[in-house]
Amino acid sequence: MNSIETLPAAEPTAYYPSPLREFWSAFRRNKGALGGLIYMVLLVACALFAPALAPYNPSEQFRDFLLTPPAWQEGGTAQFILGTDELGRDMLSRLIHGARLSLLIGLASVVFSLLPGILLGLLAGFSPTRLGPFIMRLMDIMLALPSLLLAVAIVAILGPGLINTIFAIAIVSLPSYVRLTRAAVMTELNRDYVTASKLAGAGTLRLMFISVLPNCMAPLIIQATLSFSSAILDAAALGFLGLGVQPPTPEWGTMLASARDYIERAWWVVSLPGLAILLSVLAINLFGDGLRDALDPKLKNAA
Amino acid sequence: MLSFIARRVGLLIPTFFGITLLTFALIRMIPGDPVEVMMGERKVDPEMHAQAMERLGLNKPLYLQYFDYIGNLAQGDLGESLRTRTSVWKEFTTLFPATLELAFAALIIAGTLGLLAGVVAALKRGSLFDHGVMGVSLVGYSMPIFWWGLILIMFFSVGLGWTPVSGRIDLLYDVPPVTGFMLIDTLLSEEEGAFLDALHHMILPAVVLATIPLAVIARMTRSAMLEVLREDYVRTARAKGLSPSRVVFVHGLRNALIPVLTVFGLQIGTLLAGAVLTETIFSWPGIGKWLIESIGARDYPVVQNGILLVACLVILVNFTVDILYGLANPRIRHQR
Amino acid sequence: MSLLEIQNLSVRFGDDGAPPVVDGLDLSVDKGEVLAIVGESGSGKSVTMMALMGLVDAPGKVAADRLQFAGQDLLTLKGRQRRRVIGKDLAMVFQDPMTALNPSYTVGFQIEEVLRQHLGLKGKAARQRALELLERVEIPGAASRLDAFPHQLSGGMSQRVAIAMAIAGEPQLLIADEPTTALDVTIQAQIMDLLLSLQRDQNMALILITHDLAVVAETAQRVCVMYAGQAVETGRVPELFDAPAHPYTEALLASIPEHSNSRRLATLPGIVPGRYDRPAGCLLSPRCPYAQPRCGERPALEPYDRGEVRCFYPRNMTPGEAPEVLPESQRPSQPPGEHHVY
Repeated sequence: MNSIETLPAAEPTAYYPSPLREFWSAFRRNKGALGGLIYMVLLVACALFAPALAPYNPSEQFRDFLLTPPAWQEGGTAQFILGTDELGRDMLSRLIHGARLSLLIGLASVVFSLLPGILLGLLAGFSPTRLGPFIMRLMDIMLALPSLLLAVAIVAILGPGLINTIFAIAIVSLPSYVRLTRAAVMTELNRDYVTASKLAGAGTLRLMFISVLPNCMAPLIIQATLSFSSAILDAAALGFLGLGVQPPTPEWGTMLASARDYIERAWWVVSLPGLAILLSVLAINLFGDGLRDALDPKLKNAA
Repeated sequence: MLSFIARRVGLLIPTFFGITLLTFALIRMIPGDPVEVMMGERKVDPEMHAQAMERLGLNKPLYLQYFDYIGNLAQGDLGESLRTRTSVWKEFTTLFPATLELAFAALIIAGTLGLLAGVVAALKRGSLFDHGVMGVSLVGYSMPIFWWGLILIMFFSVGLGWTPVSGRIDLLYDVPPVTGFMLIDTLLSEEEGAFLDALHHMILPAVVLATIPLAVIARMTRSAMLEVLREDYVRTARAKGLSPSRVVFVHGLRNALIPVLTVFGLQIGTLLAGAVLTETIFSWPGIGKWLIESIGARDYPVVQNGILLVACLVILVNFTVDILYGLANPRIRHQR
Repeated sequence: MSLLEIQNLSVRFGDDGAPPVVDGLDLSVDKGEVLAIVGESGSGKSVTMMALMGLVDAPGKVAADRLQFAGQDLLTLKGRQRRRVIGKDLAMVFQDPMTALNPSYTVGFQIEEVLRQHLGLKGKAARQRALELLERVEIPGAASRLDAFPHQLSGGMSQRVAIAMAIAGEPQLLIADEPTTALDVTIQAQIMDLLLSLQRDQNMALILITHDLAVVAETAQRVCVMYAGQAVETGRVPELFDAPAHPYTEALLASIPEHSNSRRLATLPGIVPGRYDRPAGCLLSPRCPYAQPRCGERPALEPYDRGEVRCFYPRNMTPGEAPEVLPESQRPSQPPGEHHVY
């Protein structure tokens, strides 16, 4: 027999990081994604604590201070740091309350499209010959129209307002979730672990929610972040067109609708709400990108 | 290839009917009295009301109304605009070239710049240029384009006075509409300086409209190129001692263009949606502005069939892109 | 003067602290010789050849004391000069033929590319030569195959096309990286026979990378055994099989079903060291049945009568044959290397 002697050489220490830590360290390295996350936290804070944070009531009109410039410009005052609009309302307060609205619309529309979307996608994937094709045809028809136009059509029919805006955007986002879920389900159904589960006697419901769905979460999460940012953009677009949230509610897009007339006189009325939209959507997209890069193992090694 | 095309054509038909069902249903869902909705008038006296119901077929069961609708469509009767009393079809064909021209210009800008930026970014991966392209394109598709338009107007039109604020051409010029495409018509007309003026008017809206597709195309091209450059056959090409540019453009780009083509097609939809917003800001007389105004004015025949027409357009374009994709991909091209 | 001479080749991915995928490799090949490189997956055999061909990209870093081919110093060659060698005098065939060909161009196009680039052939002449090449690699119906697309070919035929592309420039050295691993068993023998007949006819040197020892025994003249990024033994073919010097080679040979005389296949406990667990001493020492305290240091690759071995206690040595193997740290002579990184 061979003599195995203990070696004086140092025992190699294997350090295998846990998946969560790997994800976080990959995510953390992405400065942009981190910045996006921080900004998003800021937005959520604004949304949650708007009444406390905003210096004034967003609908309160200060007749003596119509179209005041921001504080750092000539004619501005420290009373209204970001100036006032054409009806004398404080821009800062309106922007803060606008954050609350945008986040609400984003969250609500995502929730109301994600859940039915996953359900429909699961159904379509698990029933590829009967329910499946019917559901997918329906989704294809919905996708035939560009999302904004479909949202415009829905809001045109149902009338403007906050609830209808959320409803319209939710409907418009639905097809992508259905498609995504169905595609993921079809991929997973072919895998060996599903066959193994079936052999072990797992019923369809258990298969659906316990075996298959958790493995489809990554692309769904990424799509959800994307939908969130498009929801904010679409809601703003609808507001701008006069079809969404109605004034005096301080939705950022609605604020821009009336701002058109003041391009020459009051740049802040035009720039600030749009900037708010841009920064928020940017932050969410950066976050989503970082999420995608950290969750997708293929991209990880191509550093 | 034939079966591929046949399948796609086969999908067209049910999708088309689905759309008509959708638009039909949408209009029926509008709250209020159907006669008032369809005729745009209020307080119609009972006799006229009954006559209108008869004439519009509104007392028939729904499915028969649907058949009437389809029947009318088949004969080319898309109804009449309540505001202008002109046929919806006529209004559409008059206004469509303006949108088409704008979309075309935007697509050219987005396509060429996007492809170029994407390829160079992929080649210089990790460089400042790459980060710059990615950053700019990220901002590009995070941007609310109606705001972007306003900012550009504020800057270039009002601030610098370089471009006009709205419209397709200065009212001074009298350009007879031959094709409906202002750039062509101005060249055909004898007005001096009309062409340049038309171009002047088109720059800002085209840039605004091109912004999102540009961003998406650049990103997509970059990632497609990066993926293709990792493929085994690119390694083989380099092992053959071919020059780097040949490896990238002949072997790499040719295959990267295939997924980019699908993105191109998807952007048509974005362009149409964007057109709605852009035309509103720049008072560009196209179908986007037409639809929005009709919605605001409750001009329901226009809304119903205008949306139908736009949807059909998008479906047709997607169909064409699908076929082109099949042609470009040798695996599909050679299928039975 | 050997055709190919590699000295102290290292390849690492990542920064300088990252463990090397190829670690101080020495290799040489003579004109017309068939050398087999043997090792497990992850031993670094493919990466070595890719580094030679200049196919290792950032974040990979290649460094070597010497990288000489046909009298040319590959370390100092600039782009265009290098591209005159690669694909012409030095060519490579890869493992998976189904992905090695560009799906968007015909077979003829891809072969004629090489002819145009390296031999200046164009038009009809190129097409004719491409046809001849296809016939040389024994593709049936060669004329019609010229216009075929890769997805219309089977695995075996695709590999033949890949070989045709590689020999189009009439190379002095052909590297075949596991050319038959992705193919059916029945086709494997055909492709190997083809490679050998080409080697004989054109008096080409052939480096065959494989993990199949049976193929090595039948085809190679010399073997280099790699483990965890290092060359642990080189030797001539019949002798190495009869009397392996390195414990790893011995274990490798013992694990072939034909060699075992008990019911269970003999294996070494443990696994090949990866990124995070490389021993400070001899890389095999955690698993080696003959490990001694001295193995806490890294042995250098030492030449001797039958070849080279990297072990302080080589096996199967006849009396007086064993070389004096020094630890790497104590290895004399190496000039403060011209360590080129490219």
